Amino acid sequence: MDTVPDGVASKCLGCDEIIFVRELERNLQVCSKCGYHHRLTSAERLAITVDPDSFVETDGDLLPDDPLEFPGYVEKASTAAASSGVREAITTGDATIEGLPCVIGVADFGFMGGSMGSVVGEKIVRAFERAVERAVPIVIFSASGGARMQEGLVALMQMAKTSAAAKRASLAGVPFISVLTDPTTGGVYASYASLGDVILAEPGAVVGFAGRRVGRQDLGGHLPANFQTSEFQAEHGFVDRTVPRKEMRATLAFLLRFFAASEAREGEADGS
Amino acid sequence: MAANVLDFERPIIELENLIAELRKPEKRAEAVASGIDLDAEIVRLENELRRATEQVFANLSPWEEVLIARHKDRPYALDYVRMIFDQYMELSGDRVWANDEAVIGGPAFLDGRPVVVIGQQKGRDLRERQRRNFGCARGPGFRKALRLARLAERFGRPLISFVDTSAAAADLRAEETGVSEAIARNMAEFAFLRTPIVAIVIGEGGSGGAMGMAVGDRVLMLEHAVFSVIPPEGCAAILWRDKEQAPQAATALKLTAKSAQQLGIVEHVLPEPLGGAHRDPSAMAASIKLSITAVLEELGRMSLDDLVAARYARYRRMGVWRTEPPSERAAEKPS
Repeated sequence: MDTVPDGVASKCLGCDEIIFVRELERNLQVCSKCGYHHRLTSAERLAITVDPDSFVETDGDLLPDDPLEFPGYVEKASTAAASSGVREAITTGDATIEGLPCVIGVADFGFMGGSMGSVVGEKIVRAFERAVERAVPIVIFSASGGARMQEGLVALMQMAKTSAAAKRASLAGVPFISVLTDPTTGGVYASYASLGDVILAEPGAVVGFAGRRVGRQDLGGHLPANFQTSEFQAEHGFVDRTVPRKEMRATLAFLLRFFAASEAREGEADGS
Repeated sequence: MAANVLDFERPIIELENLIAELRKPEKRAEAVASGIDLDAEIVRLENELRRATEQVFANLSPWEEVLIARHKDRPYALDYVRMIFDQYMELSGDRVWANDEAVIGGPAFLDGRPVVVIGQQKGRDLRERQRRNFGCARGPGFRKALRLARLAERFGRPLISFVDTSAAAADLRAEETGVSEAIARNMAEFAFLRTPIVAIVIGEGGSGGAMGMAVGDRVLMLEHAVFSVIPPEGCAAILWRDKEQAPQAATALKLTAKSAQQLGIVEHVLPEPLGGAHRDPSAMAASIKLSITAVLEELGRMSLDDLVAARYARYRRMGVWRTEPPSERAAEKPS
């Protein structure tokens, strides 16, 4: 986790209390005092989510290009790769969760704010296609400020591209579990991430159309305290459940079992 | 009117006012009295006006294109709807929650042919702007558009979408009504809608707000319209922490119609009357009408299966990336 420096103790980003790094690790980077869910890298997320050694990465060879020749983009992307340890803002592949197969995608906020450019869009679409081919559910953990500004219109079009792919997979009978983590906003929340058959969110995550860059004062007065959070979205019917991190794996496994069971029944009907 | 003149339009407007002044009967009398050939002078000024306008509009910077796209005199969706279609009947509401007036739409006839029109509508005066939330739709606006798109599909009518919004709304009511879900849903559903869809960006194609109504078989853009992932002001604030650098951001974002066409995002750029669509709305409308008619004829020759497959492929291929096998270090599995 890059938000807390290496060392024995660190400050919780939620309550400012000093917490022991080892305790934080044991607790899946959730503060034991206030319950604040610190952001995870995609590697950390995969490690606590999928069965050990079950993850096989796909499409890891896709790297960002610079369609707009946008000032500073190439440098920014290479700095992001160096500091985050990932090559792009999402990692995708095949995995099992409690023995149940799925295609999984995990966003990495550490790479340019998890923003969706061409590579993220393409990897998500290929993940949906792979789920269709393998006839398994797809799970995507989102963490993104939205479309990647540096790819301009090309990034904007990834909203339509990923949403269309989600619909295509849905028509093919693929179950889609969308998990919103801190933060999921803008063009990601307003595209594939909102199209899950089931939409889960981590507690306290920033989730909304406008990112926090848009000042609260610009959005009119009297905003509820939980505005632009998982809890607000759940309260208004746009998130199914807020799921604490330690329950996420079991929750996903429950849903995967449910979807696998319904597929088995369909198979029976075909055979009769 | 003077309040709606942009700085770079000022020399043009001044020349126009001068010509109008010289055309007054009392000026003619004055000219005759002093032996001046007024007609020749007017012709000279008109030529100069044309030359000056051409010069200004041939060299618009991306930021000036933004200003034209946002021009307060620019024709809005309903202006075009009235000029393009023989008849149009406005329908209301999303059948779930509300009638969001940032979005308009309903059945219409294009030279006698039934179509469904949807559009994003900015307001002309302050009262209308407030009623329409400045063309910034919330959840119900996008759901109204989807409901009308479904109507088009059910009865085999082509869908014509006029895109013109600075952005979708992001206020409390927008979040409460799930504006994100509504935009996402529209893109997914429009992608598979079994009827031809033509989207025309007539002014501002503002990020997600535009995308909620801009998925189609063909996307057209007016010459001075803009289409962007983020407003230049927002981009400048993020990049340089300075909204004043919006003009530089506008250049970097490649948000002009010409750039959008070069990037393969829009199929056709429709030239605007000299000085912009607001200088001659009816000529602009006639040109849009011709384009819609031609595109619909082209799309009408395709089977619905082919149409939907081609539309999916249109978006599937969008994106630019490199490939390079992961190095050993990058290929390490998460521990």
